[in-house]
Amino acid sequence: MSTPLDRIRNFSIIAHIDHGKSTLADRLIQTTGGLTEREMSAQVLDNMDIEKERGITIKAQTVRLNYTAKDGLEYQLSLMDTPGHVDFAYEVSRSLAACEGALLVVDAAQGVEAQTLANVYQSIEHDHEIVPVINKIDLPAAEVDKVKAEIEDIIGIPADDAILTSAKSGIGIAEVLEAIVTRIPPPKGDRDAPLKAMLVDSWYDPYLGVVILVRVVEGVLKKGQQIKFMQHGTLHLVDRVACMRPKLEQLTELAAGEIGIITAQIKEVSQTAVGDTITDAKKPTAEALPGFKEVQPVVFCGLFPVDAADFEKLRDSLYKLRLNDASFSFEAESSAALGFGFRCGFLGLLHLEIIQERLTREYDLDLITTAPSVVYKIQLAHDKGEIELHNPADMPDVMQIASIEEPWIEAVIYVPDEYLGSLLKLCQDRRGIQKNLTYVGGRAQITYELPLNEVVFDFYDRLKSISRGYASFDYHQIGYREGDLVKMSIMVNAEPVDALSMIVHRGTAEARGRGMCERLKDLIPRHLFKIPVQAAIGGKVIARETIAAMRKDVTAKCYGGDATRKKKLLEKQKEGKKRMREYGSVQIPQEAFIAALRMGDEG
Amino acid sequence: MRASDLDLCRDPSPQSGEEEPLALYVHWPFCVSKCPYCDFNSHVRAEIDETAWRDALLADLAHEAELTPGRPLGSIFFGGGTPSLMAPATVAAVLGAAERHWGFASDIEITLEANPSSVEAAKFGALAKAGINRVSLGLQALDDAALRFLGRAHDVAESLAALDIAQAAFARVSLDLIYARPDQTETSWRAELDRALRFGTEHLSLYQLTIEPGTHFAALAGKGRLPTLDIDTAANLFELTRAVTAAAGIPAYEISNHARPGAESRHNLAYWRYRDYLGVGPGAHGRRGGLATVRRKKPENWLAAVARNGHGLESETPLDPATRAMEALLMGLRLGEGVDLAALSGRLGLPIDEMVDARAIDELTGHGLIVRERDRLTVREPGMLVLDGILGEIVR
Ligand SMILES: Nc1nc2c(ncn2[C@@H]2O[C@H](COP(=O)(O)OP(=O)(O)OP(=O)(O)O)[C@@H](O)[C@H]2O)c(=O)[nH]1
Ligand code: SF4
Ligand SMILES: [Mg+2]
Repeated sequence: MSTPLDRIRNFSIIAHIDHGKSTLADRLIQTTGGLTEREMSAQVLDNMDIEKERGITIKAQTVRLNYTAKDGLEYQLSLMDTPGHVDFAYEVSRSLAACEGALLVVDAAQGVEAQTLANVYQSIEHDHEIVPVINKIDLPAAEVDKVKAEIEDIIGIPADDAILTSAKSGIGIAEVLEAIVTRIPPPKGDRDAPLKAMLVDSWYDPYLGVVILVRVVEGVLKKGQQIKFMQHGTLHLVDRVACMRPKLEQLTELAAGEIGIITAQIKEVSQTAVGDTITDAKKPTAEALPGFKEVQPVVFCGLFPVDAADFEKLRDSLYKLRLNDASFSFEAESSAALGFGFRCGFLGLLHLEIIQERLTREYDLDLITTAPSVVYKIQLAHDKGEIELHNPADMPDVMQIASIEEPWIEAVIYVPDEYLGSLLKLCQDRRGIQKNLTYVGGRAQITYELPLNEVVFDFYDRLKSISRGYASFDYHQIGYREGDLVKMSIMVNAEPVDALSMIVHRGTAEARGRGMCERLKDLIPRHLFKIPVQAAIGGKVIARETIAAMRKDVTAKCYGGDATRKKKLLEKQKEGKKRMREYGSVQIPQEAFIAALRMGDEG
Repeated sequence: MRASDLDLCRDPSPQSGEEEPLALYVHWPFCVSKCPYCDFNSHVRAEIDETAWRDALLADLAHEAELTPGRPLGSIFFGGGTPSLMAPATVAAVLGAAERHWGFASDIEITLEANPSSVEAAKFGALAKAGINRVSLGLQALDDAALRFLGRAHDVAESLAALDIAQAAFARVSLDLIYARPDQTETSWRAELDRALRFGTEHLSLYQLTIEPGTHFAALAGKGRLPTLDIDTAANLFELTRAVTAAAGIPAYEISNHARPGAESRHNLAYWRYRDYLGVGPGAHGRRGGLATVRRKKPENWLAAVARNGHGLESETPLDPATRAMEALLMGLRLGEGVDLAALSGRLGLPIDEMVDARAIDELTGHGLIVRERDRLTVREPGMLVLDGILGEIVR
């Protein structure tokens, strides 16, 4: 009933952002008949609205395809499309753990980029067979030979048998399918052994409840089976075994080597730990699988409803979102100025932006986002121990602090030669320590150690704008280091604005403060009176700007009939004010909170 | 000074609504040509059947009269469009009917807006005879190039001749000027204003040029083809205007209106003091006993509506006290005299703190923009220039 092992191939599609993974997946699904022409849409696996709109993959997706190869035999292929953005690297690592091989897609015009490398190294660590696919060969700027050379020189894998494709126009798809069968090894696994399956992912589906993606490693997983999650020893009854094609198809079992989904009347995603081992409750396996490295949120910010009455709604919405995205965290917090809200943790700035956008759009919430911050470790004075600081507003008095440590990362950046100078300056300005600089072709690969707090705000934006989009970037955390860090407060009309306070390095504080004040001056609309904007460290003002008072705002003509029109204008004015936050008597537009943090050109 | 002049300055709050005189607005929607800055309900038509129009206006008038018995008229205003294009006989017919319906207060003010062209000036005598006792003359500028820019059909010489005739024909004359034009400087506006003051009219309406949506100027501005005056110069011109007119004894009593004490426009004060006013003719608005009345806007539609229904009403909407308070404040604070909050609160049956934001009032008082003396809330001189901003803060 199950497909024999040698007729199964499990593979991930990995690449740098936008190199065409999801489009290639489309072609593979289409060619093998998973969906009819009419059911097809571009990047069909990117099914969230936000994925479609932004044209990026956020969540990895798995599809089972049937393919009859040139040898005349039918194979069962499990394809896992993965996201390219660094914030979602954990999605890639899970998928890789469930496969035996990977299609490494490289854009023929862009060549090898930072995430190409990061993802391919992960794949190599899993001992995968890697099939290089050079995509977008239809582009006029495609340079196939140069890209082949990069794959060999930078990555260090042979590229002479790389497959040339245009996922967009369907070139090379047949070759890819053949390569999957001939080059990627079939899975191994004893089907008679007790059940041992990897819990690869889980999500909440409004119709099915909690759905679990599994890779069976040994034994067989059947409908009606009593299973045990080894981490907590919880028991569940399997009520559905299926696979995605990408439409759901019911099965009776999944045997060793196969990837599929199950449901087991589980109410909440939090009851399923990703990386856990699933076994038979009555006949358990002796040893659990090694599991995954746990993902930790690295960027934190506060989310507050613009309308205080929306607090409950925000909480419910966060719970709902978390059902499908266990990688972000939240806990209630309150602030004098912003009222009740939540401090939330994210995997990166894009992740933050996406959650924020989904809350706004899918849940119709107006939110204020405070300055993103990283987690600091504070050694308290007088041996009072260590605390973790998630929110700059909670920073203890300086007298109680012995030292502060901040997280550092190692960043690998690829950049064309001509932008190298500006890029080095950017890293230097952000307190970076250069570790390595090598040239490959016309490009430099630089390795820097950087404090994460210099990266969370807008490093990525700056990197892209400095290099006109050509630089790419990947990073991982390398631990905590002590730093000369201080809390900088921002005062608007002499009122401290909690949401804008941040921890900064003393050496860069003044420049940061000046930048913030200048930007706030442009972001806060003129009021009826002039408004001082100040940055201060411990009561000492380090930068100051003044927003001039409104000069003229009066309707020249207003007679009987105009009362109605004028009233409408006034109502609109009031509506607009709802999108502002009030500090004393000053209204700050919501957008200003994040916008103020972007460092502009001097960065 | 007549007794009624004092009343004008004191914002009388009549004890009973019945005794309060009414204001009547009559709209004449036709113009010879459309000015590029104009967003009024004005239309250019080759043929106008004036008999039909007269009859329709009389019918619309009769409808309003039926709903407001027992209240004399304190003022009538013919606006437009260009009501000076009306035949004096039509004006006389409307006034005759109005007097029969309501009766006139002894000191009734009857204003007509007029363009200062020679054709219209020739009718001023007949219009005065028909009962008009005040004209508002649309001079708009005292500079031929500016008049061309504003798309006006008359030049300065013709306007001044019309002004002479008007001053001889009517007891009260007001003139309109549009300033803060694209190339205007403080010096040139000062000279123009001084000249206007020397004409000796009792009333001046001085409007800053604004680009209204839907006008020809707006279309030009949208394409970046209309130069505009920078906001600082416009602000300076506003301040200059108020200082110069005050020194000349014809101070501002409203944002853009200036009068010798006692010579304020009684009709327009009815709007700004948020009294009841009736509006007849195409697109005319009214406030009748807590109802907002709106008439069909397009001339032909209004005419058809009158023929069908006996009146030109498009809608009658009851306004809740909060809306009325908002309207009363946004009209009333335009006046130098401000708004008596206690009186308004009594009139509308709405507590003061549901009309205005006390905290905002304190705040803006601290910045010297407004002042509250007992129950009267007044915008101070520096606040006038940012009145809309102030309204946004204090009106609930
Ligand atoms: N010209 C050309 N464009 C392609 C080709 N393949 C993909 N694209 C385009 O490249 C863009 C990115 O394609 P995706 O398939 O979304 O890329 P991805 O790698 O899945 O992106 P992420 O999931 O965000 O990492 C889209 O605009 C595609 O239409 C190709 O072969 N030729
Ligand atoms: S004359 Fe007056 S109403 Fe007619 S178009 Fe010109 S500004 Fe408008
Ligand atoms: Mg994708």
